[in-house]
Amino acid sequence: MNMNTTKHSTKLNRREILFSLGAGSVALVTLTMLPGLARADKAATDAEMKKILGGKTAQEGRITLDVPQIAENGNTVQLEVAVDSPMTEKDYVKAVHVFADGNPVPNVASFHFTPASGKAAAATRMRLAKTQNVIALAEMSDGSIYSTQAAVKVTIGGCGG
Amino acid sequence: MATAKPRIKIPAKAAKGEVIQIKTLISHKMESGQRKDKEGKKIPRQIINKFVCTFKGKEVFSADWHGAISANPYMSFYTVATESGAYEFTWTDDDGSVYTKSAKITVN
Repeated sequence: MNMNTTKHSTKLNRREILFSLGAGSVALVTLTMLPGLARADKAATDAEMKKILGGKTAQEGRITLDVPQIAENGNTVQLEVAVDSPMTEKDYVKAVHVFADGNPVPNVASFHFTPASGKAAAATRMRLAKTQNVIALAEMSDGSIYSTQAAVKVTIGGCGG
Repeated sequence: MATAKPRIKIPAKAAKGEVIQIKTLISHKMESGQRKDKEGKKIPRQIINKFVCTFKGKEVFSADWHGAISANPYMSFYTVATESGAYEFTWTDDDGSVYTKSAKITVN
């Protein structure tokens, strides 16, 4: 057995812990703004992603996710995705699904492309409740799935209040 | 409910085969369903959950939106200009309303 198979990625390093301590007051305000709300966690996000993956494993690469490293206002965070694809009838990107693993609902949006799209790229604006990871899954016409993710630090949560 | 006002930006002219960018914006509060009112009651979700762009009856691009999409949702995407005609855009609201707009392009 390979030892690596037991490795779990708990995406929290020392710097992030220090950051969250520093932003403790902000976090408290955010929490009191959202009393008793169920928050999406990694498990809920994984469950939603499984619906897309359907037992397949996502590969790295081909997909670019453009989000700011630091979002001052969680109410409008610029989101851009682009997938490297020729976009022909035979080989095109069917869809890109975007998730945010720290939002109350992990789903953000799904973009459906066609060969008439010419270029598999789309941009919109999203709400992020707190500092979290944004994950994009690209579904190709041949059935393969590519994924990427990026961390966004949110100064003011975009969750009402 | 205030009527949603859609806006579209596309090039007026394009060469055949050119990949053009389409930018769309619609005024809508996109109530996420997560906020609470003064009495602490949840404000029910009311968002535009579907955006579709078609050209001559064929879908070019569509998007499913969830509560995490910002108010006054913006959406930009690309398409190949093949012939002159009008792009049709529809936004579907949680309450069943459908907002539409079209934009013409001349291809030569």
